[in-house]
Amino acid sequence: MSKQKSITGGLFIGATAFSAFLIIAVIIILLVVIINGGKGTFSWEFLTAFPEDGMMKGGIFPAIYGTVLLVLIMSVAAVPFGTITAIYLTEYAHEKSIMAQTIRFAVRTLATVPSIIFGLFGLGFFIKFVGTGMDDVFLGGQLKWGQPNILWASLTMALLTLPVVIVSVEEAIRTVPREMREASLALGATKWETIKRIVLPGSRSGIMTGTILAVSRGAGEVAPILFTGAAYYLATLPTSLSDQFMNLGYHIYIMATQSANVDQTLPIQFATTMVLLMLTFLLNLTAVIIRSRLRRKAK
Amino acid sequence: MKNSTDHKGFVFTKESLKKKFRWSEFLSEKIITGVGFLSITIIVLIFFFVFKESIPIFYTQKKVVAKVETFQKQEQYGGESDTVQTNSSGQEQYGETTADTMMIENQTRVDDTIVHGSDKATAKSLLGTQWLPVSDNPRYGLIPLFVGTLKITLIAILFAAPIAILAALFSASFAPYWLRELIKPAIELLAGFPSVVIGFFALMVMASFFQNIFGYDGRLNAFVGGVAMALAAIPIIFTITEDALTAVPRTYTEASLALGATRWQTALFVTLPAATPGIFAAILLGIGRVFGETMIALMATGNAAMIGINPFESVRTLAATIGAEMAEVVFGDTHYNVLFLIGSLLFIFTFSLNALAEFYVKGKLVKRFQGKQS
Amino acid sequence: MKEVKIKTRNLTLFYGEKMALNSITMDIPEKEVTAFIGPSGCGKSTFLRTLNRMNDLIPNVRITGEVLVDSLNIYDKQIDVVNLRKKVGMVFQKSNPFAKSIFENVAYGPRINGINQKSKLEEIVETSLKKAFIWEEVKDRLNNSAMALSGGQQQRMCIARTLAVEPEIILMDEPASALDPISTAKIEELIFELKKSYTIVIVTHNMQQAARVSDLTAFFYLGELIEFGKTKKIFTTPDKKHTEEYITGRFG
Repeated sequence: MSKQKSITGGLFIGATAFSAFLIIAVIIILLVVIINGGKGTFSWEFLTAFPEDGMMKGGIFPAIYGTVLLVLIMSVAAVPFGTITAIYLTEYAHEKSIMAQTIRFAVRTLATVPSIIFGLFGLGFFIKFVGTGMDDVFLGGQLKWGQPNILWASLTMALLTLPVVIVSVEEAIRTVPREMREASLALGATKWETIKRIVLPGSRSGIMTGTILAVSRGAGEVAPILFTGAAYYLATLPTSLSDQFMNLGYHIYIMATQSANVDQTLPIQFATTMVLLMLTFLLNLTAVIIRSRLRRKAK
Repeated sequence: MKNSTDHKGFVFTKESLKKKFRWSEFLSEKIITGVGFLSITIIVLIFFFVFKESIPIFYTQKKVVAKVETFQKQEQYGGESDTVQTNSSGQEQYGETTADTMMIENQTRVDDTIVHGSDKATAKSLLGTQWLPVSDNPRYGLIPLFVGTLKITLIAILFAAPIAILAALFSASFAPYWLRELIKPAIELLAGFPSVVIGFFALMVMASFFQNIFGYDGRLNAFVGGVAMALAAIPIIFTITEDALTAVPRTYTEASLALGATRWQTALFVTLPAATPGIFAAILLGIGRVFGETMIALMATGNAAMIGINPFESVRTLAATIGAEMAEVVFGDTHYNVLFLIGSLLFIFTFSLNALAEFYVKGKLVKRFQGKQS
Repeated sequence: MKEVKIKTRNLTLFYGEKMALNSITMDIPEKEVTAFIGPSGCGKSTFLRTLNRMNDLIPNVRITGEVLVDSLNIYDKQIDVVNLRKKVGMVFQKSNPFAKSIFENVAYGPRINGINQKSKLEEIVETSLKKAFIWEEVKDRLNNSAMALSGGQQQRMCIARTLAVEPEIILMDEPASALDPISTAKIEELIFELKKSYTIVIVTHNMQQAARVSDLTAFFYLGELIEFGKTKKIFTTPDKKHTEEYITGRFG
């Protein structure tokens, strides 16, 4: 081989390696900068105290509480429906049927719809259509459900995270060997008994991965809750589904862009971002580890 | 016929083998099938409800036309004709600049607008160059928002696509197994970073960093926003490209290596071209991701609705406009409807990108690797 | 000859456009071992799976003709496939224990039949494991995962699991093909014992095994039943040239 060619080759491979390491470097820099900026303010008290002095001081407990509540309600809605959709796709629909392909397309579309659109949908559907409808029917037009609250925000987030659950559970269901289904059916079990007793227990780790990924996604997304329930500041924690709530991501956004004194609250902002980043990072790390085990098992 | 009824016998007869109706089986199948359709239902509902809230823009226009006709008969409303004048003159200001981009249909609607006039958004005013929704004379020109969105998408993809594709090539063709098993999860983790965190990082760190390098005035601009969005697009482009590259049949690369080509030549001239449809899909989905990204745009672009090609100018994107303004509008107001219209446009655009990536590219890949006509 | 347990009449099966079984007609007697032999892809496993309608699970399968079990056509629209499979059990080529304890594996069938009483389940599990000659090996670790058993033990446990449902017919699809000679011998011994109470149909690619365990042998080739008769006769003086060629190892 000519010398010139091998230099080109070296440069080319070098460029690909550089790109890969550049991405890794940015990830590390981002983590380091955020942690570095936040660790001074971070403390147990920061996690458990309410904000004070117009959010200039104090902790972020209501935001953590609101975020946890949001992802809990969201999971209650998204995980069962996502799991059942995955069961439909793997156990009931014929792989090549138009129905199955349309549903798969819909799931992928749902995964690519911008998150702000979910926010609009939450506003147009849950709040204005369902909520106002509920108020008209049950409360004689008195305003209760026809406004932003944690229920509508959670359901909006559930729609956004539905594809995450579906994809993870489907992958896990496919690792349950066909032989086990056949064994169950050959013993005189019905299809549903087989799913309930063999397929679902066999995909437990996948359902868990899907839930973790959905929770992580739901904890970090802000756009869908901008106008479906998140509040800038609340003196009390939400106690009913019709209450508004505070949220970590929304808190970061508001503090960083609309705070009265951005510089003074900078340490709080970094610490809040660090909390959110660590939360989602650890959740994702757990999911990645469970999934890589699952994939190894499937091989 | 012998029945083996030992102890807990179930007798094998015509009766016992008769088809049984099982409620649990029936219900589970119906429920599961019903839920299976949920995703399709959601997509349809999203489209319906987002579009529904934007309809009044077109709907009230007709109503106004009807009213104006009666008004004209009575010849009472002098004030109304004043509005007509201001509005039509307002249109003349930018009528020429947008004439090229207007379609013939819109031309006819323009005439309507001139006749009755109102502060309602119309096809004509939506194509205007000014986005001033909260002024005394509100203007809902979407052009600057489109320009801003396209600008930022271009910058983001120019950064994300080459880096992600090269990195995917490294991972798929050159990296040793252990390194690959490190890079892939790392990028999966990047995909899990909330966009508000990336936005915060861009706002606090990247903006100052780039300002020091380039020395521009406004800290927040299309460039900073674009680079930050590249971080959001890289995982998508990387993952899909990597999948496409590893899906290239090994016979392809082995044939090339057997002919004496080196590893890098094989990667560049055989693997990469064979995976182009997949890479194309990756870029399309990356574009879709950037196009609809809200939080990074809100936090890192400066949010001024300006038209221009300078990458260091502030921009306002379509998604950021919805995010920033929806919380403050009056429900049912024209501004509210226009924001939903922007949402419908965003939805249609990302839906089309996804459909294109799905059908066109998949068909090509199948043909290429299996020689099938699809 | 004993009473006929399974009859097939002109059973033809298509996978999409491809014919996999061509008009099979045969009578399988009660409480004997019938072996299906033939080169791979000859349709013997497919035929076996039509006998408890396991082929229903595969899309694009079309079946014509009749399969009569105790004179009932199991492809009749009125037949309940779930109950059919309780009476026509199946043991698979690859042992397929559930990822559960040994006890739960064997108790699976009774449980889905609505037996939940602990003592009753224990009784069934013990009887079934004894019948499958594996009780002594596992009685002290019934709560351990079945996945931890050796291949041969797994397969015998799977047989016990099938017996726990109280079938009348047991279909075995190459049950010993993945096992070592000692485990294979144990399975064969077990089959010999089981035929006292069950009708057994076994698919095997191992001709010595067919000769050792079966009373009747059917030779399949390219989706057709070439020859069917007493095992002794098939292995000594077959009527068809094809059968002889296969048995003497000239092809397949």
